[in-house]
Amino acid sequence: METPLTKNIRPGELPLDLAGYEKAGGYQGLRKALALSPTEVQEAVKQANLRGRGGAGFPTGVKWSVVPMGDGAPRPKYLIANVDEMEPGTFKDRYLVEGNPHQLLEGMIIAAYAIQAEISYVFLRWAYKLAYQRLEKAIGEAYAAGYLGQNILGSGFHLRMHLHTSAGRYICGEESALLNSLEGKRATPRSRPPFPQVSGLWGKPTIVNNTETLCNVPHILANGAEWYKGLSKTNDGGTKLYGVSGKVKRPGLWELPMGTTIREIFEDHAGGMREGLTCRGLIPGGASTDFLLPDQFDVQMDFDTVQKAGSRLGTGTIVVLDDQTCPVGFVLNLQQFFALESCGWCTPCREGLPWVAKLLSALEQGSGSEGDIAILKEQTSGLWLGKTFCALAPGAMEPLQSALKFFGDDFTRHVREQRCPWRS
Amino acid sequence: MLSPDERREIDAELANYEFREAAGIEALKVVQRHRGWVTDEALADLEPVLGLSAAELDAVATFYDKIYRKPVGRHVIFVCSSISCWVMGYENVRDYLLDRLGILLGQTTADNRFTVLPTACLGACDLAPVMLVDDDLHCNLTPPEVDAILARYE
Ligand SMILES: Cc1cc2nc3c(=O)[nH]c(=O)nc-3n(C[C@H](O)[C@H](O)[C@H](O)COP(=O)(O)O)c2cc1C
Ligand code: SF4
Ligand code: FES
Repeated sequence: METPLTKNIRPGELPLDLAGYEKAGGYQGLRKALALSPTEVQEAVKQANLRGRGGAGFPTGVKWSVVPMGDGAPRPKYLIANVDEMEPGTFKDRYLVEGNPHQLLEGMIIAAYAIQAEISYVFLRWAYKLAYQRLEKAIGEAYAAGYLGQNILGSGFHLRMHLHTSAGRYICGEESALLNSLEGKRATPRSRPPFPQVSGLWGKPTIVNNTETLCNVPHILANGAEWYKGLSKTNDGGTKLYGVSGKVKRPGLWELPMGTTIREIFEDHAGGMREGLTCRGLIPGGASTDFLLPDQFDVQMDFDTVQKAGSRLGTGTIVVLDDQTCPVGFVLNLQQFFALESCGWCTPCREGLPWVAKLLSALEQGSGSEGDIAILKEQTSGLWLGKTFCALAPGAMEPLQSALKFFGDDFTRHVREQRCPWRS
Repeated sequence: MLSPDERREIDAELANYEFREAAGIEALKVVQRHRGWVTDEALADLEPVLGLSAAELDAVATFYDKIYRKPVGRHVIFVCSSISCWVMGYENVRDYLLDRLGILLGQTTADNRFTVLPTACLGACDLAPVMLVDDDLHCNLTPPEVDAILARYE
């Protein structure tokens, strides 16, 4: 089984420096890309069927192809790597940038070439201090070796790269809020259209891609679309970083073929539940995904199949709910996060999420009523897509709506007994 | 007034953006690094450099939770309060930590040594519960571990 994204990552050791990365085949994808035209590079990524790993699964090549090209295109154009990673339960992008920073840089340079961007930013989460040091060093090495700067490898293509660290707030990961933050403003989302591909940073064409998405790009260019599609068990190309956290025997992160089943990830890799515990369900891709139940473990973890099963692949990092953990408390923790991180721009989310968190808190503490459960159900449609300005609030409603459906008895038990049955 | 070091670091940031307002967040971080937190005086000092009023800068500063508009201790401890850490029982570790320091969440110890703040997921969920002390990530926390960690920060 091939693991292109992680094969050169040695946890606990320093990442490959430039010479080591080149020796391991690094920057060959960039060399191949520079021999093609920008639109041919876009086409190669389309053919590979790479879908965005930031959560939504949008086809990367298609996204790039919307950027205005040619002499008449507005300038400068921008390419941004989203390394904000704040989705609770998610720890894949940190692994990639700490473990192999040059892989991200190579992906960014190729992506920038494909859309003919001249300026690129790494938007890095404030908490990722080690990643900062390693990216800073890698960017310096790349400039010194001519992979960044003027006339890259004699191709006539120029690219500058800057490292920007965030100052906190989950909403910065949402791509239009990220652009406002990079412009030095409060990170509130922007209305779309216009889409960032056409009018993004300072009104110029801009592509924002997730870290893992960009890390796939060098391998597609180096080895071809057919090879890339062959890595996967389903229609979505490539491998995927899957993670598991919670009370399993071996929490961790693994690069596996896209479309690996939950069962294989949960049982073979994470080792199943710890002794004495039973799994009641899991959220498959971070805090803003619907619960799946143990009888759905044969679901293949790719974008379309998880969607059909009633949830979303999201970030592909699973959080497990066990039978000794209160489902109401679990959802309360998620809703407290979302309420705190609401950017405050639109009223339904700013007012609705704290209300949801307050109701859940009352329920969990044993002072809730049946009426509270009814209000929670109403909120799951009141804060749904189309009713709020961005996807944060609907994302918050995903685990809540499925918890109310699957763990309804546990909610009513809190009301009936006027206490949390999991607290002694 | 900005110190020469602050001015130099802010100038380096200004070079990374097309428009100087964009360096505002980085500039706030620079003064915070040097002064511990962002004082009203610091906002005024930044006005001419960024071409923004102190009120405009404050609107930005108060949006971001890692910009401090109140003083903090010599070391800031961020305890992850998100889902994987919650499942793994972070609340016990947090309560133990606060108990040892004799403060509540959000407060600073009387000797100004530590401030404890909550934070969202630190991206180390497989090693939960976790906390960040200044630039160092500490994982798989237990109460005895917390004691050993605190001893390392004067
Ligand atoms: C509230 C919210 C938070 C988000 N946070 C992140 C994030 O931390 N990292 C990320 O890559 N994408 C995040 N996204 C998705 C981005 O908006 C965007 O879709 C993604 O960066 C595009 O990259 P991709 O096409 O490569 O997947 C978030 C979206 C929302 C609505
Ligand atoms: S849904 Fe929430 S996060 Fe999104 S714009 Fe509205 S207030 Fe901000
Ligand atoms: S939930 Fe605590 S590190 Fe992710």
